[in-house]
Amino acid sequence: MEKSPNQITEDLLRPLFQTSGRFFAVVAILGAFVVAAFSAFMYQGYTGIGVWGIRRPVFWAFDITNFVFWIGISHAGTLISAILRLANATWRRPVTRCAEVITVFALSIGAMFPIIHLGRPWLAFWLIPYASERQIWPNFRSPLVWDFFAINTYLIGSVAFLTLPIIPDWALVRDKTSGWRKRVYGILSLGWRGTPKQWSRLETAMHIMAIAIIPVAVSVHTIVSWDFAMAPVPMWHSTIFGPYFVAGAIFSGIAALIIAMACLRKLLHLEDYLKPVHFDSLGKLLLMMSLLWFYFVFAERLTVWYGNEPSEMAVFWTTQQGAYAPLFWTMVFCNFLLPFPILAIKRLRTIAGTVIASMGVVMGMWLERFLIIVPSLSHKYVPYSWGTYRPTWVEITIMTGTFAGMALLYALFSKAVPIISIWELKVGFQKKSGVRSQAATGQRELTTGLEPKLET
Amino acid sequence: MEPKPQKKWAMVVDLDRCMGCEACVVACHAENNIPTVGEEQAAMGRAMHWMRVERYYEGEFPDVRVKFIPVFCQQCAAAPCEPVCPTYASYHTAEGLNGQVYNRCIGTRYCANACPYNLRFFNFYNPVWEKPLHLQLNPDVSVREVGVMEKCTFCVQRIKGAEIAARAEKRELKDGDVQPACAQSCPPKALVFGDLNDPKSEVSRLARSNRATRLLEELGTKPSVIYLRRESWNDGKES
Repeated sequence: MEKSPNQITEDLLRPLFQTSGRFFAVVAILGAFVVAAFSAFMYQGYTGIGVWGIRRPVFWAFDITNFVFWIGISHAGTLISAILRLANATWRRPVTRCAEVITVFALSIGAMFPIIHLGRPWLAFWLIPYASERQIWPNFRSPLVWDFFAINTYLIGSVAFLTLPIIPDWALVRDKTSGWRKRVYGILSLGWRGTPKQWSRLETAMHIMAIAIIPVAVSVHTIVSWDFAMAPVPMWHSTIFGPYFVAGAIFSGIAALIIAMACLRKLLHLEDYLKPVHFDSLGKLLLMMSLLWFYFVFAERLTVWYGNEPSEMAVFWTTQQGAYAPLFWTMVFCNFLLPFPILAIKRLRTIAGTVIASMGVVMGMWLERFLIIVPSLSHKYVPYSWGTYRPTWVEITIMTGTFAGMALLYALFSKAVPIISIWELKVGFQKKSGVRSQAATGQRELTTGLEPKLET
Repeated sequence: MEPKPQKKWAMVVDLDRCMGCEACVVACHAENNIPTVGEEQAAMGRAMHWMRVERYYEGEFPDVRVKFIPVFCQQCAAAPCEPVCPTYASYHTAEGLNGQVYNRCIGTRYCANACPYNLRFFNFYNPVWEKPLHLQLNPDVSVREVGVMEKCTFCVQRIKGAEIAARAEKRELKDGDVQPACAQSCPPKALVFGDLNDPKSEVSRLARSNRATRLLEELGTKPSVIYLRRESWNDGKES
């Protein structure tokens, strides 16, 4: 069953023009969580970070867990979409934008944590290298400063990567509306007319961004992992962390993408666009990442155990059979034992199946980050100063707020921008149905003449 | 005037002499305006003792022995806490101390995570001194606000004070001129402070002992605190 181009436009623009009462209810609920998180942060800023559960020697816990978790989720988008674009995977077309949006929002949320976790968050701007009367630069040897640059580069890059392919869609909205909407979308579409020259430039820009964003994405999570690997802390100081974190990030990113797509499919009635085949393909990717994740964990754990270094073994045993063992084995279940059979058996790799597997993975990957940070910090070298950690309501409220915030941003975005790239879908449709004989000569030529014709 | 050799401040801790009285802990609190955090916070693990006496128990009841190890910032020459600070709040001074600029600290707590000895302390709340305790604050030491990391400074204010006094008297700093609060208050004189670059100093003499060892030396942090191994237990029946 193929839809006509006009039908596609109508279907995908519907969320922009029709808003049900249910949407406002959802926004209000999510907004309440965000406000609660913000209030908790204000309370923390006013009272002192002591309202968190962190204590010596566990100086990082939920804060940095959430930081790494959200930065990991952000790898859903840009990286997956860039790889699929470069690999010219045709099934990517309805998926790319949902994925790229996750990146921008998850990255913004993740990047918040290094600021709100500071003892004195109002001084966070000291990380910016600017000419000041004190004549002090940030310390470029510190992995936190590397983080600052890596995350900002990635944020700028992924915003560009997201917005470039939106321009023709914004122009489409502009042409379909009147009044204030026309003015707003007119500004956003940057004078897009769909001329051959503009199409050609857009293609070039997207191609450059797709190539450039991959090393940036890989470097971001590598540098995040180096926040840990650079410090001489048992089970942190490891060369495996860079690739381990990148693989984990893509793993959790794909899972988040599957969940987001399932929600969009249901809530925005996109059943004809986000089809079982998309969930099946992403499910296979998730399966591969699950195996890769298991390989990394196994390699990390085996080398530590075989090396039998006393300070590392203290951390090792506390996660394998000590206080953190329940969390560890839950993680193994969520990240491997649960998703592996679901995703490996074709009959189970349905939409519901992949969503269940993905929920496991998102939870498991959150636990993984927690288990990297807290057991190591609480079992450093000197047994006299071993410690423990328990979160307080402030940390939990802030964390819940970030999940609600992510959903809220996503909901609002889907009201302002077609969540599925309309023009890319049409290009794919044209290609497949062979409407134009020169389709084989390449996308650039095809898209050149396409848009004006479809506008009518 | 010929250039003076750079100082290398160091402390020797004689474990044979330490009896775990914790006078050093009290002296350190008084000297350095270290806040007391209260029972509840201390139970959580937020007590701030720049100087602590770690206790290790050995043997089975009733034949139990207690080992005391006074532990404070090891002032490492290759300190893991320093490079990780994004704002240079923790930095290396010319005299080999691990400096901590409170005003520069934004509270990432990365330094405390990187410290293998867990000897850095964080102000989770603004410190409070109930009246009349506020009158005993040492005017030579700044009081730290919420969100700032702090740790043993080798009583840098006393080092500077002794240098100024020596300059006023137009003389060189002598061995023993500088006494950190802990060393000054140690009844059995288990703590000795001085310049390791001066071969004639008491610290240098003790550091040459074959009992000399350093805490977690294998990590390569090159601490400036030298421990003299406890040998007295080895007399008698234990070999």
